[in-house]
Amino acid sequence: LASTMTKQQANWSPYDNNGGTCVAIAGADYCVIAADTRMSTGYSILTRDYSKICKLADKCVMASSGFQADVKALQKVLSARHLIYQHQHNKQMSCPAMGQLLSNTLYYKRFFPYYSFNVLGGLDTEGKGCVYTYDAVGSYERVGYSSQGSGATLITPFLDNQLKSPSPLLLPAKDAVTPLSETEAIDLVKTCFASATERDIYTGDKLEIVVLNADGIRREYMELRKD
Amino acid sequence: MKIDFSGLESTAPLCGANSEMFDGISTSPSFQIPDTTDFDDFQKEAIQMVKPAKGTTTLAFIFKEGVMVAADSRASMGGYISSQSVKKIIEINPYMLGTMAGGAADCQFWHRNLGIKCRLHELANKRRISVTGASKLLANILYSYRGMGLSVGTMIAGWDEKGPGLYYVDSEGGRLKGTKFSVGSGSPYAYGILDSGYRYDMTVEEAAELARRSIYHATFRDGASGGVASVYYVGPTGWKKLSGDDVGELHYMYNPVEPTVVEQEMSEA
Repeated sequence: LASTMTKQQANWSPYDNNGGTCVAIAGADYCVIAADTRMSTGYSILTRDYSKICKLADKCVMASSGFQADVKALQKVLSARHLIYQHQHNKQMSCPAMGQLLSNTLYYKRFFPYYSFNVLGGLDTEGKGCVYTYDAVGSYERVGYSSQGSGATLITPFLDNQLKSPSPLLLPAKDAVTPLSETEAIDLVKTCFASATERDIYTGDKLEIVVLNADGIRREYMELRKD
Repeated sequence: MKIDFSGLESTAPLCGANSEMFDGISTSPSFQIPDTTDFDDFQKEAIQMVKPAKGTTTLAFIFKEGVMVAADSRASMGGYISSQSVKKIIEINPYMLGTMAGGAADCQFWHRNLGIKCRLHELANKRRISVTGASKLLANILYSYRGMGLSVGTMIAGWDEKGPGLYYVDSEGGRLKGTKFSVGSGSPYAYGILDSGYRYDMTVEEAAELARRSIYHATFRDGASGGVASVYYVGPTGWKKLSGDDVGELHYMYNPVEPTVVEQEMSEA
């Protein structure tokens, strides 16, 4: 009798991992958000030119790695919610507000999560750079820099060494944003991805960099190894 | 052989569509449930995606002047340290604190939800909610989601009309009133220091130092705890953050390195 009562195993998974890496660095008056443009499944490359970065508000940009179908759905939900906010409040959502909205949106799918590892970057209400890092179900914290995705374990130790922002938990409080200039931060990001591409098979092809500062939003590209 | 389904019966809102039809009382936001035959294995997979802050040390104790709450700040995913700056002491409102152990998202979300419920209570009843009441609200919510994979091991500490209050609440539905608690993988080490140094009539500074040392010793011996040791005090006027020290620096504060005198070696080579 026991042999006929074995648990049924799911032979289909609703998730897939499309790989990729995202990085964000907060500066005194700017924020750099970057992600590679490779989209893979298993050992195959689906495309070399897929953007993982989405502008949610004037001062708020999100980069997400993981399952891109869930990422696309998440971006749509957040954009729609932002539009409603604009209709109701007659202004753009601030980055900290979008940070909380993203957390709640992720947690509302706590029992069927968005397979999306997000990094939110932008300028806070004072114009200082801010970066929020998330897990798949919505726990988040404001940090000075963050990396998510398949290359995160390669990039984060390097950023710890180069930036090592003091923990926001220290008392007396120390500023978490990096003292680096905008060009230095962009160079650092390019270095991160060049290294991650060497050792992570899911990272490569092209690097998309978005820079947010008081003048607005700017986009830059850099070629990465395609192997 | 009859299959035992008693574990599946829960008061939690189940399928999002049906809950409104079964009873008019829908308690929490209805969560979407995946459409699989094997819910448990699916949940196990989903939990792997969650950032588990199981590796942790948090503690809280009541003493003459109020409640002292302390925690480390490390989050680990298996052997990888995913963050050294996790806020494990959550400010529910200006006179109540909650600690985080278990699933980070679960703790953050439900503590924020608790803060909202406490504020609604204040507006509806024109007085602050008691620590007893707040911890009961949280415990009831967690009990209704029992068996669905939430992971929360929290302490609610606050000061209300009855004085200092401390409760331990977890995702199994347990709720305990007490004067001294430590939760997490580093808790055995923290208890060692806490139990041996505790006196009811300590000053705020002495209690803070005891809490700080307990966290430091736990981070020293437990690989899953580390980062910054935060210490908060809850008194009659609300909570106040007393200190946030990097445990690496605390180590050299507690164990100063004496400059060793090097004997003269090979002066004439």
